[in-house]
Amino acid sequence: MKRTFSLVSLLVLASMVLAACGTPTAAPTTPPTAAGPEPTTPPEPAAFECTDAIGCVDIAPGDPIHIAFWGVLSGADASLGTDSQYGVEIAIDDAGGTLLGHDVQLTTEDALCTPEGGATAAQKLAADPTIVALIGSSCSDETVGGIAALTAAGLTTISPSNTRPALTAPDRGPDYAGYLRTAHSDAFQGKTVAEFAYNVLGVRKAATIHDGSAYAQALQQVFVDNFKALGGEVVAQEAVKKDDTDMHTVLTTIAAAAPEFLYYPIFIAAGGYITAQAKEVAGLENVTLMGSDGMFSPDFLTAGGAATQDMYLSSPDFSLFPAGYQTFVDKYKAKYGTAPLSIFHAHAYDATNIIFEAIKKVAVVDADGTVHIGRQALRDAIYATKDFQGITGTLTCSENGDCGAPVIAVYQIVNSDAASWNPGTNPKKVYP
Amino acid sequence: MHTSATERITDWAVWAFLWGFRILVLLIVVVGTIQSLRSGQYTSDQWIDFVVFGIARGSIYAVLALGYTMVYGILRMINFAHGDVFMAGAFAGYFVANGFSRTGFLERQPVVALLIAVLFAMLVSTTIAVVLERIAYRPLRAAPRLVPLISALGASFFIEYSFRGFFGPGVYAYPAVAPLAGEFNILGIGVLKMQALVVVAAVIMMAILYTIVMRTKIGKAMRAVSENKDVARLMGIDVDRTIVATFAIGAAMAGAGGVLFGLMFHQVNFLSGFVPGIKAFAAAVLGGIGNVVGAMVGGMVLGVFESVGPALFLGGVGIIRPYQLQDAIAYIMLVLVLLFRPSGILGERLSTKKA
Amino acid sequence: MTMTTADRRWRISDSIRIGLVGGIFAVYLCLIGIVEALGDRSVIEKLVSVGQTLLLLTAFGTGYFAAQQALAAGASRKTVTSLLASLLAGLGTGLLLGLLVLLGYLVNVRAVFINVSPALLDSLTLGLGISGVWLPVAVMAFVGLMGGVVRALPASVRSPLIVGLGAVVLGGLFSGLVRPPMIALKGTPEKVARFLMGPTGLTPWGAVIVFAVVAAIDITIFQASSPVRKSYRELPPNRRKIARGTLLVLAILMAIVLPRGSGPFIAQVVVLICLSALMGLGMNITLGFAGLLDLGFVAFFAVGAYTVGMLTSYGEFGLAHLPFWVVLPIAVLVAMLTGAFLGLPVLGIRGDYLAIATLGFGEVVRLLAGSDFLAPWLGGPQGVIGIQKPCLGWLGPFVGTDVPRVCHGIELGGPKEIYYLALICVLIVALVAIRLRDSRLGRAWMAIREDEDVAQGLGVNLIQTKLMAYVLGASFAGLSGAIFAVLVGSIFASSMQLLVSINVVAIVVVGGMGSIPGVIVGSLALIGLPEAFREFSAYRLLFYGAALIVVMIARPAGLWPSVITKRELHVDLDDETDPAASPSAASE
Repeated sequence: MKRTFSLVSLLVLASMVLAACGTPTAAPTTPPTAAGPEPTTPPEPAAFECTDAIGCVDIAPGDPIHIAFWGVLSGADASLGTDSQYGVEIAIDDAGGTLLGHDVQLTTEDALCTPEGGATAAQKLAADPTIVALIGSSCSDETVGGIAALTAAGLTTISPSNTRPALTAPDRGPDYAGYLRTAHSDAFQGKTVAEFAYNVLGVRKAATIHDGSAYAQALQQVFVDNFKALGGEVVAQEAVKKDDTDMHTVLTTIAAAAPEFLYYPIFIAAGGYITAQAKEVAGLENVTLMGSDGMFSPDFLTAGGAATQDMYLSSPDFSLFPAGYQTFVDKYKAKYGTAPLSIFHAHAYDATNIIFEAIKKVAVVDADGTVHIGRQALRDAIYATKDFQGITGTLTCSENGDCGAPVIAVYQIVNSDAASWNPGTNPKKVYP
Repeated sequence: MHTSATERITDWAVWAFLWGFRILVLLIVVVGTIQSLRSGQYTSDQWIDFVVFGIARGSIYAVLALGYTMVYGILRMINFAHGDVFMAGAFAGYFVANGFSRTGFLERQPVVALLIAVLFAMLVSTTIAVVLERIAYRPLRAAPRLVPLISALGASFFIEYSFRGFFGPGVYAYPAVAPLAGEFNILGIGVLKMQALVVVAAVIMMAILYTIVMRTKIGKAMRAVSENKDVARLMGIDVDRTIVATFAIGAAMAGAGGVLFGLMFHQVNFLSGFVPGIKAFAAAVLGGIGNVVGAMVGGMVLGVFESVGPALFLGGVGIIRPYQLQDAIAYIMLVLVLLFRPSGILGERLSTKKA
Repeated sequence: MTMTTADRRWRISDSIRIGLVGGIFAVYLCLIGIVEALGDRSVIEKLVSVGQTLLLLTAFGTGYFAAQQALAAGASRKTVTSLLASLLAGLGTGLLLGLLVLLGYLVNVRAVFINVSPALLDSLTLGLGISGVWLPVAVMAFVGLMGGVVRALPASVRSPLIVGLGAVVLGGLFSGLVRPPMIALKGTPEKVARFLMGPTGLTPWGAVIVFAVVAAIDITIFQASSPVRKSYRELPPNRRKIARGTLLVLAILMAIVLPRGSGPFIAQVVVLICLSALMGLGMNITLGFAGLLDLGFVAFFAVGAYTVGMLTSYGEFGLAHLPFWVVLPIAVLVAMLTGAFLGLPVLGIRGDYLAIATLGFGEVVRLLAGSDFLAPWLGGPQGVIGIQKPCLGWLGPFVGTDVPRVCHGIELGGPKEIYYLALICVLIVALVAIRLRDSRLGRAWMAIREDEDVAQGLGVNLIQTKLMAYVLGASFAGLSGAIFAVLVGSIFASSMQLLVSINVVAIVVVGGMGSIPGVIVGSLALIGLPEAFREFSAYRLLFYGAALIVVMIARPAGLWPSVITKRELHVDLDDETDPAASPSAASE
């Protein structure tokens, strides 16, 4: 019974603290009135008054401008999120760690690549009134779980790596008002691959493999639909699991269907296993192999080894990536001691800079250095991004939140040595 | 003892259900097999390939299952962290192999280089396992059965995420070893050299282990401790030392297995040990946990069924993307085997007190 | 811990050994990257980062233990010896750390351990480069000595000092959790928050205040001689009961207003805790009462979630578009049927064979849910989305795919509202579990847990009893899954990982097998705490793993053992005894 007593008293203490910290309503600075015009006028001597429809963030002198990254940071897909987080951190470094005379503070939340992980992370971030904007999530599932909470809190997030088409579809619903992405939608990528295979390679019999992820399953289906529409035949559609290592058997099944072309838009680990083992399975020695942006990384050459020679990968068109990209990669290597872990670091870098630009555009700075940012104004400014010079290209955001340049190219690996990785020469752009 | 009518009815229903379950699975197997053989989708060469791939896959399970089975035999404890000890060995081997590959030593002296890599991996794995035993398991030896299981789960997370901290979440890839590329031709069947190596290594390891357990003094001590710790202590056996030796030997096998895994599949990352660990546990149970030869048999059976099953059974009954359900075949087969032989293929009839 | 030290004299090598163990730990902290990763989170703003604190705590700990050991060894001139011991231990720790720094500057350690970056080395030498190698050595030695000094102080001073320092560290760690909601309040709370806490940790003044307040609380309440304790102990029994009752009522009131005050994040976490508690209570029946280790518990959770998803969803895979309240009992029923279905084949399988067989079933359910084979019904990798939220009131008609039905009444739309649903379910299920435990069936379960054959001999019908354990356990898990589906609003096969099952087993064992309050405590500890540690994202599972080991070693019977377990282990777990004393008794 004593135990009960001590537990109860602890609970009471804890809930008193929590109750003291909380408030029934997270009231915006002023009652929600009609949205005022964007406060672009220089600061008045008079005190700033927030007229934003969904509230303002006020940053006192000495306080940081607080942004957050949410995405997968643990588990099997950790490299995807960690890679994007690194992109964000480099963007902050490049800004000198400051914005408008305030330090930039970055909070990271692990969203576990699951919808409930996304929901929990989003709830936590939504409860922090000092956060100005976010970068994330990593996996489309996380966004599905978490976006409603963020939008409701007046926040805006830009995802560097969600590619599920539905997230920026015209009918995506009001919950997605606070959602944009610098990644491309897979609707473009699958189509480009199908055209390349049918028209350029001239293959008529294709097979696909996906890894059970929403990304790969949707992407290979887009390819299949387009390839059939062009007149091709899909002789096998198989699937593996993300954590499989031995692919010999599934490849034997595919070999039995005798395709000319094998498309597996999955991730580095499983993609590496398939590439290496395809050469060891009778009947697949001469089949053309192709992957997508999930494998577009020097890590894939390491993982797949010599077997990656001559295979094709689709990816955002790096030839349209300005020179800044290479400088960025150098910084990445110096800072983290590793080659880029995945593919969306540059997209995260651009997302961060889009947010910085928008903040600079809408922020009202008082004489004492206090910064006021209207949340709706910031959101509008991000959506209004036009001809932004990023390291993934020139970006313009659509009204449905697509900021990424949907220009997909096909590359061919000419040298399987990971050290020679240099998009443009190796892998070499072959289409369009 | 009286049995009421309802009890008789439930007993009958359970009996009917169990037989229904067995017959259903059998039906899928038979119909699937006939259908897929009749469809002629695969040539006979491809069927042979399936079996060969399965044996190679099973050998890796077997190597890991050896360690599981040894620890279980002595402590009656599932060492969930065993797969992660295996991963640690794979990482250790990677750094040695990669270093040698850079200096060119790997190309000049592949055998020596790989031996050093294997030895180093065994050393690292053994160290981790022995430290683990000391910190996480030894204090719990007298605790209820599930307590060390949870501690082992904790250890598994701890090792995985320590390695994630050390080396990051990315993929590390073993260098290609020239003499291991290509294939042998054995009796007209093409077998990849790497796969042959894995199978041979697994058999050798099992033989060594069998000899240790059956012929050496420490093996005798192990068997004694396995029977009854207290009596063994009274007979003058150092129980602690015997248990540490068991962990060390099991871990050394796992370390060597890690390098084999790395050479065969090239990639390692911090979660590489998780799935093989669980499969190896299943293999150990399948073969009869606590039994060295059983671990080998269990691994092979599991590997072959996983390899042949999706194409033969599932593809035949018209299930699309059967490879997504590859693991399901393994687990359902496991349950079936346990239904007929509750202590595995080669398991002794467990006295109920032990279970 | 070390019984042998008492009968022999203190030796220098003892302290050095402790120091080296501490040093290995410090180097480990650097290698896993936590020191640098937490370098920009502060305990005290602009003064001490969390990363540095971890290293300093390591040195402090080694010094403290070295001193403790020297004192226990009964050296002559105790104080001086113990201080010497702590200095040596700190030095040992520092030397290993210094060695790492030196190596880091001279060799490319980073080729293997990616975290030994120039930034880390500079943060350890405070930017002095290789000429500053002595700095970590000196600092660690000094802090080690401080550990010894603190140990040498009388207990009445030492305890508030350590508790106060601990509070400062915790305050720094959790300031990120407390500050934002306080700032959101505006007015006085915001001023207080800004005075005590900066954006990354406590302010120097905040640290001083937290230390003073907590130390004072420790002196007045928690020390054995404190007046509060004394007066409580002197109360007559009936007055004590009233005091406890008041606290209980207060706690319930607090639980009711909690989500109103705390914002959605805390509510979400509490709902997740409740959901695991529900699963834990189910597992407590199969494992805790009946002793059947089920590693595939997630299967029932998945069945509950998918049933709700398919029957209520207004999305593509919605079958019936029913209201949640109609579907809830159906989901529980379907979960029970699944429990029977999966329980039947494994009835005759015992012990660890059962564990792997059930693990297999859990995986089979997940694989099927995510497979393309069943995708036309379950959505495969694309999941079931658009799950209708529960509505207290009248639900508008279904209009079309992807359009939610309108709720005329109160919609339980977010975690703040679902919180109540989850809380009520936990209370009901806990009551049911208590009644079951004390029933005939409950005694039958415990009988087969102890010995199946004897139980059978005593007339327990094994088949019925075991099946009931599976079915009832599954029903609780199904309920949990049903609430989960409406909480998240979408379900994917990827949520049904093996990890969920493992977590539930861990909750039951960590809480205390067969103990119903233990399940609640276990969920708080294993689900609640990791959520509080969210900010350490990549290191969360590392802490989780370490915590599992530590809890199991310190309290093998669980955090809140059931009365029966206590009796079985012959452990006196009365509150008055030192909690550290019980584990050694249990493991002997």
